[in-house]
Amino acid sequence: MAKVLVVTSGKGGVGKTTSTAALGAALASAGKNVVLIDFDVGLRNLDLVMGAERRVVYDLINVVQGDAKLVQALIRDKRLPSLSLLPASQTRDKDALTDEGVANVIGELKEKFDWVICDSPAGIERGATLAMRHADVAIIVTNPEVSSVRDSDRIIGLLDSKTEKAEKGERVEKHLLLTRFDAVRAGRGEMLNVDDVLEILSIPLIGIIPESTEVLRASNLGSPVTLSNPVSPPARAYFDAAKRLNGETLEVAVPNDRRGLFGKLFGRRAA
Amino acid sequence: MTTVKTSRPSIRLHGRSYHAMVLAPEPPLEDWLAGLDAWLSRSPVFFFGRPVVLDVAMLQPGKQGLAELLEHLTKRNIKVMGIEGAEPSWLDFAMPPLLLSGRQAAPQELSGDAEAPAPAVKSENEAKPPASETPLDSAASPAPAETIRVRQPSSLLLDTPVRSGQCIVHPEGDVIVVGSVASGAEVIAGGSIHVYGVLRGRAIAGSRDARARIFCRKLEAELLSIDGLYMVADDMPAHLRGQPVQAWLDGDSMMMAQD
Repeated sequence: MAKVLVVTSGKGGVGKTTSTAALGAALASAGKNVVLIDFDVGLRNLDLVMGAERRVVYDLINVVQGDAKLVQALIRDKRLPSLSLLPASQTRDKDALTDEGVANVIGELKEKFDWVICDSPAGIERGATLAMRHADVAIIVTNPEVSSVRDSDRIIGLLDSKTEKAEKGERVEKHLLLTRFDAVRAGRGEMLNVDDVLEILSIPLIGIIPESTEVLRASNLGSPVTLSNPVSPPARAYFDAAKRLNGETLEVAVPNDRRGLFGKLFGRRAA
Repeated sequence: MTTVKTSRPSIRLHGRSYHAMVLAPEPPLEDWLAGLDAWLSRSPVFFFGRPVVLDVAMLQPGKQGLAELLEHLTKRNIKVMGIEGAEPSWLDFAMPPLLLSGRQAAPQELSGDAEAPAPAVKSENEAKPPASETPLDSAASPAPAETIRVRQPSSLLLDTPVRSGQCIVHPEGDVIVVGSVASGAEVIAGGSIHVYGVLRGRAIAGSRDARARIFCRKLEAELLSIDGLYMVADDMPAHLRGQPVQAWLDGDSMMMAQD
């Protein structure tokens, strides 16, 4: 049975689109059929991060309004055949999305794919609530700093009230993904540490993604970080998180900044 | 023990409950109106001065039908103060407002004259128990006494944390939270507030009872208020932050003590 996953956060700029792409690619690499839907109408980014921006013909709004069929709008990834993307519109805004239309699209996608991953826009308005409406599982992306944590708490409250599952009395499975974690700064007390965040949010942790220059490099290349550099620390953390999504129990390791002896000796590159 | 005097203006928050009688017409409307007329011929002044709520969930009249139904009731001197079970689009400005989340009330809470029959008027020729608000299949209907619900308990117990942006309102009594109250959340109680966790948001107690107290296991609150008198985080004594605290009113001052 297909699972609908929403990647949401409340706060903007914490890593939702990056995580959607990375997790989607990780799940597809493991053999699952995955579709990513960009719900950020008007400010779409998922197509850029996936490297599909030059192949967008039809988008989610076209499908919802009946101007195009779903198969015409879906863009298959060139690197992973089981990964597809349904981009958002850049010229319209979220008012063009209707509850019914979105429900139909998600229903159709659930029949074709194993994982339907919805990349939520920032905020708590209609775009975000529509993205989470049909979710079975939610990943709440949070940076370890106070404003992100409070906004994530707000979005968790909304997941318990504005989703179809909540209206039926069931619960959306929620997971915390801590991104842009900088162990040095957390050690100095400049950033919240993992325990603080977990204590405030009280939801299970699915992964900690360390701050890394690899992420920007990957998005410049138009590739999810799990495809462009699968052995880098953030990519490995995303692969682990994807395994946990699939039900495996792996201990979450807090990334630290300690380099080995070789790292210290040969850490500097020659010019 | 710490005394803090506050001379700020107060926020008075009040919730009020009223008991109203619910009229729930069933299709076909003509038969129901005939039944109502028969009732009124036996007790002509039954509805005088009573607040009546009209529940159209069973009838589903649509906009025009609802307007006509309200006219029928006005002709019979029945004043409708609210409508339940209707689509918001059926209502226009001149109609009574849409009510949501009503609760059943025990019949003794409804004031009435001695001749008044049991509440909730239904069509005359039914065998259903008279006091139930939304009868299900009549074949399985329970005895009349069982359909009258018990009065609402006066304290609210929450065993999940209160998330940022959520507002818990319970004017009937105490609120007990087994968990934390997040920053940006509010708990508003008629009585006391007990937080078995960290209180990071706002706690507004005693909207009905000035003897109410606020208890928490760890004080990180943004605002505390009892019976309209409030104190913001900046005014709270620094040594009590992060401690288990009890707050209460003594005259016009809010007292706080470490528990």
